Amino acid sequence: MKAHLTRRYRFSASHRLNSIAMSDEENRATYGKCNNPYGHGHNYTVEVTVSGPVDSSTGMVCNLVDLDDVVGREVLARYDLEHLNVLQEFAHIVPTTENLAIEIFEILHRTFDKAHLEKVRIEETMLNSFEYAGANELRG
Amino acid sequence: MVYLTRKAEFSASHYYHNPAFTAEENQRVFGKCNNPNGHGHNYTLEVTVKGEVDARSGFVVDLKQLKDIMTREVLDAMDHRFLNKEVPEFSHRIPTTENLAIAIWQRLETKLAKARLHRVRVYETPDLFVDFYGEES
Repeated sequence: MKAHLTRRYRFSASHRLNSIAMSDEENRATYGKCNNPYGHGHNYTVEVTVSGPVDSSTGMVCNLVDLDDVVGREVLARYDLEHLNVLQEFAHIVPTTENLAIEIFEILHRTFDKAHLEKVRIEETMLNSFEYAGANELRG
Repeated sequence: MVYLTRKAEFSASHYYHNPAFTAEENQRVFGKCNNPNGHGHNYTLEVTVKGEVDARSGFVVDLKQLKDIMTREVLDAMDHRFLNKEVPEFSHRIPTTENLAIAIWQRLETKLAKARLHRVRVYETPDLFVDFYGEES
């Protein structure tokens, strides 16, 4: 029987929203405070949802130790206490939380193979969150 | 279609052990969760039902009835219990959060009258939860 399992993780990082496709005025008009030149930070919460049949010998969709290992190594170690704009993946893409959700989904899609990756959801603050499910139907 | 979710909380203990595994295998797969005297959690249960809004009552489901069913089928059976020893589903199944969500779904599914069960979500901790949408999902 198929179940969905979700685990929450936290990291803190800074970013600046600024598009090279826009003029300075357009950037200020579009991003407001988020365009301030020195950047600013957030405590991000990432929810990773995986799914699969519940293994009858373990009662698990996947072992949480394996999920924690991959998320810790591939996501948290990469983003925690970093400035997102200086990272390679955001050299030409604005590090909005939309793009961050897509990036983290793609990283885990490549690196986690113990269960099916359903969705990545990121809370940037307590008031906003972003979800990306790739080709999956959004659930949860 | 409107979806309605009701929450409940219960506290219970459990441990993970597969009698088909060796002691070493159990320890390797389940780690600290294999400690035989068990350990506890404060679980949060979210039950989501779906249905059309009744034109006369404005309800998808009578919340009192839903609460009563959740209390009788889940809380009375599981709150302040050792899941492995006191809940029959877990005499031969490991009481992981995955299996707990499935067992709660099976207990509730046949008891609902008007609304249909959509999702059972069980939080083992604020940072870990399982969703079950039924067998056909």
